[in-house]
Amino acid sequence: MTNAWTDIKNTDLVVIMGGNAAEAHPCGFKWVTEAKATRGAKLIVVDPRYNRSAAVADFYAPIRQGSDIAFLMGLINHCISHDKVQWDYVKPFTNATFVVREGYAYQDGLFTGYDEEKRDYVKDSWEYEIGPDGYAVVDETLQNPRCVWNLLKQHVAIYTPEMVERICGTPKDAFLKVAEMVGECSTPTKTMTSMYALGWTQHSKGAQNIRGMAMLQLILGNIGVRGGGMNALRGHSNIQGLTDLGLMSNLIPGYLNIPTQKEPDFATYMSTRAFKPLRPNQTSYWQNYRKFFVSFMKSMYGPAATAENDWAYSYLPKLDVASYDVLRVFEMMKQGKVNLYFCQGFNPLQAFPDKGKLAAGLAKLKMLVIMDPLQTETARFWEDHGTFNKVNPADIQTEVIQLPTTCFAEDEGSLVNSGRWLQWHWPGGSPPGEAKTDTWIMAQIHLRLKELYKKEGGAFPDPIVNLNWSYKDPGDPTPEELAKEMNGSVLVDVFDPADPTKKVLEAGKQLSGFGQLRDDGTTAGGCWIYSGCWTEAGNMMARRDNSDPGDAGMFLKWSFSWPANRRVLYNRASCDLDGKPWDPSRKLIEWDGTKWTGYDVPDIAPTAKPRDVGPFIMNPEGTSRLWVRKMMRDGPFPVHYEPFESPVANVIAPKIRGNPVARVFPDDWKTFADIGDPAYPYAGTSYRLTEHFHYWTKNNHVNSVLQPEQFVEISEELAKEKGIALGGWVRVWSKRGELYAKAVVTKRIKPMTVDGKTVHIVGVPIHWGFVGAARKGFTANTLTPFVGDANIETPEFKAFMVNIEPSAGPVVA
Amino acid sequence: MNMELSRRTFLKTSGAGLAGTTLGAFGFSEAEAAVAAAVKPFHLVNTTEARNTCTYCSVACGIIIYSKGDLKKGEKADIVHIEGDADHPTNRGTLCPKGSALRDIVKSQTRLTQPMLRKAGSDTFEAVSWDVALDKIARAMKDDRDANFVATNADGVTVNRWLTTGFLAASATTNETAFATYKVVRSTGILAFDNQARV
Ligand code: SF4
Repeated sequence: MTNAWTDIKNTDLVVIMGGNAAEAHPCGFKWVTEAKATRGAKLIVVDPRYNRSAAVADFYAPIRQGSDIAFLMGLINHCISHDKVQWDYVKPFTNATFVVREGYAYQDGLFTGYDEEKRDYVKDSWEYEIGPDGYAVVDETLQNPRCVWNLLKQHVAIYTPEMVERICGTPKDAFLKVAEMVGECSTPTKTMTSMYALGWTQHSKGAQNIRGMAMLQLILGNIGVRGGGMNALRGHSNIQGLTDLGLMSNLIPGYLNIPTQKEPDFATYMSTRAFKPLRPNQTSYWQNYRKFFVSFMKSMYGPAATAENDWAYSYLPKLDVASYDVLRVFEMMKQGKVNLYFCQGFNPLQAFPDKGKLAAGLAKLKMLVIMDPLQTETARFWEDHGTFNKVNPADIQTEVIQLPTTCFAEDEGSLVNSGRWLQWHWPGGSPPGEAKTDTWIMAQIHLRLKELYKKEGGAFPDPIVNLNWSYKDPGDPTPEELAKEMNGSVLVDVFDPADPTKKVLEAGKQLSGFGQLRDDGTTAGGCWIYSGCWTEAGNMMARRDNSDPGDAGMFLKWSFSWPANRRVLYNRASCDLDGKPWDPSRKLIEWDGTKWTGYDVPDIAPTAKPRDVGPFIMNPEGTSRLWVRKMMRDGPFPVHYEPFESPVANVIAPKIRGNPVARVFPDDWKTFADIGDPAYPYAGTSYRLTEHFHYWTKNNHVNSVLQPEQFVEISEELAKEKGIALGGWVRVWSKRGELYAKAVVTKRIKPMTVDGKTVHIVGVPIHWGFVGAARKGFTANTLTPFVGDANIETPEFKAFMVNIEPSAGPVVA
Repeated sequence: MNMELSRRTFLKTSGAGLAGTTLGAFGFSEAEAAVAAAVKPFHLVNTTEARNTCTYCSVACGIIIYSKGDLKKGEKADIVHIEGDADHPTNRGTLCPKGSALRDIVKSQTRLTQPMLRKAGSDTFEAVSWDVALDKIARAMKDDRDANFVATNADGVTVNRWLTTGFLAASATTNETAFATYKVVRSTGILAFDNQARV
């Protein structure tokens, strides 16, 4: 989230699209109710189902899953053509005025530079024109046909209300009603907020769905303001934290990158990370990258990271592909290229697509290690559960070690909520049986491995034996020690270069924030964006003062929010060019003539003069981006692409299948239904229920009583056509597998007309499996396709094709 | 916090003495007092409280865990109740159908309680000690890493990566656990590293 849950009360219009907050984030959704009750805010829901968010909406518009970009580009087209643009925001605060290089073009769904064989672009033309002064060329008058604004206008022109109806199945009137309500928020005193979740991410173009809305929010002037923003509701309790800390193939904590093999040494690695400002006076905060990186390496490797060895740069693995994301790893597993696999609190047999392929992969491992508080399907993938998991254990040679871990109620530490608040928590109970904390387990594994390398030698032991592990009890580091390490500390006294008698940093002290990090090895810091979370003043994450000056919804003394305890990202943009709030009744910060003051921590240097320095300090432009240059694989603007499995061909680019740059492994093409394949005529989608959390709560008696049994949801029309009764058994199958479930026949789902064709939707909740307290069921990922988003490889769980028939139910032996 | 303090003090001081003092003061008869005395005392009497957050979604509702026994004093603590934290700015005491049932996930019948091993081809798990389990894991890692570590690529560039072992990290663990996990996993050269943010 750019903003916070408590800030939603400040909005005038909530758009829930790509999520279902009333059911999946109920206590956060309260703030929508609050805004409706106290400000008279309106709620729009755009979703394939008339869900419980829609039930309390002021307006609901149906949409076919996988067509969100057409809808969003349609909204942008509407705002541009009806002059619903906050010009005083767009001109100075976005890159609308920037001129794009000659050579860039877009036609029939493709940008310049497409290589069909590689399914990739050569993106050289997707850049700004650079002037003789070394800065990007801008045209304040917006006359240049190659400025971003004019390219955008041209790009979205095809997404007319008629086209939106044709692609999305949303009736034109409904679309226009949404467009009208959204357009009203282009004034400086009206604000819209976007609430989205996996309904947008789980597509082969998920990242571009979100970009589409971010662009719209910029055009309306709604980023950085109270009651505005792009608000990813987020799933697990610390999914934000794990991302911040870079527990991903290609990341280093704080959104730094693992090097690739094209960057054999530190100098080469840094050469593309200069982040030189693209306009005069801009902050371009990533210029400090080297400080963040070196301090991280000091935290990882302590004295073993020195200036002489390039801060142990060789210790970091170098990537040969963009990333070893889970889809790639399970593909490798299926090919027998993975031997050992760890699942820490993770149930991949249910969490990734195409269960059949996943199970085949797990069966090729030599060893699978499970660390979990609960039983999981993955831990028992080798166990025969009849029709729910038909296997012969004797055929599976994988050794499985299952380790019992503590849960939230038995451990201490911080979790990051969707609003980036790091909230410390305390344990309330003793662990059951022999369960241990994950930290203890990781420490034990590390110490044993280190011992083996010390004793026996072996392949490149250096990064293991030199790992900085200077905890009081190396076998059990404490949460306090680890939190302090992430915050960062001073390693060596630092003196003022102008006055060598003046000590500016004292060895052994905690840093007060990331502004103190240095690139000469004198500071260490595990995660720069968390710096400030545990300072000399103590544990900022444990703060529990719920005062809220001005009723602004900021709560600056409650826990700690990254970065720098800031609650609304880009809050400089809540003021006009001169530093006056767009809406004085919703002030966040303002320029008092000498500095920035207000209810939030300013997202700009406190004395940076308003007309000099742009609000988007992380970007070299100083502005936000309507056009993203080369930063996304599938194009600088979003384009409507159909899901890989779709009932219709792409109306705007009939020759293109799916997202043209999404990665598909050769064997998987065969597992996709053809476009419009009559054998799989219905559009499937997956989702959660309010009573369940993924695959956990089927281990919970109460939740299993509330929602005991697997079902699928279909319209009355489809039920009639197929002879399916309410509560009757059905069989649902895709090209990859099948499941049996009870049918919920409902008015909440209606058939849609897409490009002249009737499309029925089959809704598949995901919560069942073959272990737990609920009735056994089929894992929903039996049905879903093995393909991910082109930029970040999030699987396409939200749009796939199935067939359905009435049935006698599963044969349970 | 004032509120926390006053509430706890109220529960502790008023609970046990309720039948004898308060009821008497209100003028109840002996028979009524006897009935009141037989009523089960309020179940949060003499519990310790811990501030925590819901383990499910990222709304991160504040909760209070009530336990018999005090961890801070080194005692065993048994969780008897979990409820919303009324002082929390986001949820202000409310919990959804998932958060309301948190106690039952902590106490789930399917909680794991000891290390288990499933041998190749076996149709069952058997209990093993922590030492056996951890030694087996470390040995398997060492053997696989030594056999498959890629120090240089085909062009002779140092790449120091290990691709035959992978690690999925849990996004319901704390930042502190995650950081410890990061350090251990990354130090081995593993690149097949991911968490639930991917899905
Ligand atoms: S109680 Fe419900 S809304 Fe609150 S954090 Fe838990 S799952 Fe989310």
